[in-house]
Amino acid sequence: MFFSPLISKSDSVSAIMLKVLLALLPGIVLYVWYFGPAILVSITLASLTALGTEALMLKLRDRPIMPFLKDNSALLTAWLLALSIPPLAPWWMVVVGTAFAIAIAKHLYGGLGNNMFNPAMVGYAVLIISFPAQMTHWIAPHGMVISELTFPQQLDFIFHDVLPNSDTLDALTMATPLDTLKTHLHLDQPMRQILDMPIYGRFAGHGSEMVALGFLLGGLYLLASRIISWHIPAAFLGTLFVLAGIFHLVDPAHYAGPLFHWFAGASMLGAFFILTDPVSSPTTNNGRLIYAAGAGLLTYLIRVFGGFPDGVAFATLLMNICVPLIVLYTQPKVFGKKGSQP
Amino acid sequence: MPVGNDNMRKLYHFHGGIHPPSNKTQSTRATIARAPLPAKLVIPLHQHAGETAKPVARVGERVLKGQLIGMPDGIVSSAVHASTSGTITAIDMQLIAHPSGLPNLCATLIPDGEEEWVPRKAIDYRDHSPAGLQHLLRMAGVVGLGGAAFPSDLKLSLDRHKITTLVLNGAECEPYITCDDMLMRERAAEIVQGAEMLRFMLDAEEVLIGIEDNKPEAIASMRAAVAAGGHRRMEVIAVPTVYPGGGAKQLIRVLTGIEVAAGVRSTDKGVQCFNVATAYTVHRAFAHGEPLLSRIVTITGNVLHPRNYEVLIGTPIAELVALGGALPDTDSYIMGGPMMGFPLPSVQVPLVKATNCIIASSKKIFPPPPPVMPCIRCTRCADVCPADLQPQDLFWFAQSREFGRAQAFNLFDCIECGACSYVCPSHIPLVQYYRFAKSEIHAREHDKQLADKARVRHDYREQRIEREKQEKADKLAAREKAAQAARLAGAQPLTAQQQAEQAELETSRAHIRELAQSAVEHADEGTTK
Repeated sequence: MFFSPLISKSDSVSAIMLKVLLALLPGIVLYVWYFGPAILVSITLASLTALGTEALMLKLRDRPIMPFLKDNSALLTAWLLALSIPPLAPWWMVVVGTAFAIAIAKHLYGGLGNNMFNPAMVGYAVLIISFPAQMTHWIAPHGMVISELTFPQQLDFIFHDVLPNSDTLDALTMATPLDTLKTHLHLDQPMRQILDMPIYGRFAGHGSEMVALGFLLGGLYLLASRIISWHIPAAFLGTLFVLAGIFHLVDPAHYAGPLFHWFAGASMLGAFFILTDPVSSPTTNNGRLIYAAGAGLLTYLIRVFGGFPDGVAFATLLMNICVPLIVLYTQPKVFGKKGSQP
Repeated sequence: MPVGNDNMRKLYHFHGGIHPPSNKTQSTRATIARAPLPAKLVIPLHQHAGETAKPVARVGERVLKGQLIGMPDGIVSSAVHASTSGTITAIDMQLIAHPSGLPNLCATLIPDGEEEWVPRKAIDYRDHSPAGLQHLLRMAGVVGLGGAAFPSDLKLSLDRHKITTLVLNGAECEPYITCDDMLMRERAAEIVQGAEMLRFMLDAEEVLIGIEDNKPEAIASMRAAVAAGGHRRMEVIAVPTVYPGGGAKQLIRVLTGIEVAAGVRSTDKGVQCFNVATAYTVHRAFAHGEPLLSRIVTITGNVLHPRNYEVLIGTPIAELVALGGALPDTDSYIMGGPMMGFPLPSVQVPLVKATNCIIASSKKIFPPPPPVMPCIRCTRCADVCPADLQPQDLFWFAQSREFGRAQAFNLFDCIECGACSYVCPSHIPLVQYYRFAKSEIHAREHDKQLADKARVRHDYREQRIEREKQEKADKLAAREKAAQAARLAGAQPLTAQQQAEQAELETSRAHIRELAQSAVEHADEGTTK
């Protein structure tokens, strides 16, 4: 027996997720260009872990394995998590974070479509709370430090925690622009002097600003192909822009400008790829505006006044909690029950 | 070739909608042909919304073309006629074109090939009252030919509503279906005259004829007919091609800006809407005295010769399929379009007034849907919903059997157009979930009504018993009072002996009353248990 409608648009969850993965590629390519191929190692590691955990959980939950492995959603979680943590983080951290994201944050909530929290961000939160030291192993961009590891040396460090004799970790890694800013402001250095440091590149961070531009490009592709709507990126970036703008205008010596906040940290990744996860974000357009504006506010507050270097992950998780309530209070009026009619 | 917005009028927009491949050109290459007289007609007595018509022909009787064989039974009902002359050979339960696949009462008619008509009486509608014309339509079996088959006379009885706008629906938004398109191309003048008759009955000011802009020939033909007939305040309007733009509420919205909410009649807002083919049938009924005996049907899909035919009501679908030349890999037949149609339980079922299109289906044309995946709340369904619903939430509630919440989230505003299912990347048969939830809610409401009725009956019975008891007691008391009064009136002083007797009598009476009282109470206990 079959039911109407008998025709459907040829689209699938798997194709949607694949397009999101493709949209991440410009950012990843620029990442490799500026920071070397270590990120590809963590992406591969996270992908394999995600697929393995997904298969195991599906088997334990007595669900069909192949259709769900092919839906690309686990891969997306893996990529987003890998892009959120330092490429030089030890291999087991990538594995633990990804396995936690897939097994606990996704499957214990009921699997695809049922997770209340963004799994990648749950994985990130677990890692940054459990292993804060290792979460600072950010690679310095090419040309920023005197000695750079070769790719085999990077592998040696990721998998065996071994560095070449002459090097210390501090000489090879570097705090992120957001982190550096925070530290130097604590030392009462003036903003202008801090931003003149070579790490800040053109406007938000040497290398990292270009990666963020890559994510922005991919995000525009997602918008153009109607995989995401404009509401979440616009409200998130808009709120960040307005808040950073106000503080910067009032006290430019202590608060970085809007452009810095847009292109530093995970703003672009969050605006287009993380906050827009359909499963854990609101389903109404007004709800999306509220949700993303809230996330923008929290991100700014955590970055500027909080203890963590970046705020996108926690802002996302905190706003995830509010989603059911936001959706309930932003139900659109149905046909014929709207106020204004001719 | 879209016509573009060359209308003088401002058009309105409704939320959502989809653009499925139209697949209409296949069946519009040839003109409407008349299907040959079949060897047997099976005419269902329930072809319309409402009550089944009462059979008024006898088995074995010779009937003439256009003779009444089913009398409207009840307010919401319509007449059924013999589609040709011949002999009624059976009136019994047969399989009909209904999604349920259940049989219904049908008259079997063996045509004699004479096509001998009952006397037909053409009338000038302007000489009649709207009420009289409504009755004529009811007896001519005129029902809405857009799909719902609602008796047209009822849509014309307005009780005190003032109608400003008559909307004629020529949108025909479902893919594959072209019967209205071809009718408008070939018989525009009759449609327009029918519209004039409907306007007269409604006393409506303006007539707006909405046609989707993917039918330029129909639009041109209708515009020419309106101009040639010199019809004032009647306008043919090209509307954007978007499914489900042919839904009555959607078309009314596009043409007038008015949104008619679920459970509200468009007449409350001064608008009434008829399908173009219905207008054509109204014209046949008044100007030619012909009841509804045939309609235009599209045969398309997996056939050699897709085309539109004028077919007698009661013709087995198999005859139409044979005319189209169904290809060998055809595996089923759809009545209606691919968005809202349903597979026929058998190709032998008869064609009814609501049959606008038959699509021969094969795995190639309508491939089986891919496996269902979980909902990822992407809200593509909400983006295309013409009723501004949140289909992903309704699906969730229906799936978890939270019917109360489904209702609170406006489940009954869903028009089951299927746009949500069409775009769902998880291939969830959403409309099926909504139909399921609706039928469960209806069943529960039905059960509740029965329980309420039973409770009311029970309460009434209790009251009655109590009242009767009270009346009996009152009567007894009155009688005793009267007896006492009579005794006093006797005025004779009683002897001590008599007084003693009297007292004894009183005590025993009280005792009997007590016994009776306790018996009644006991009985009460019995009923309440």
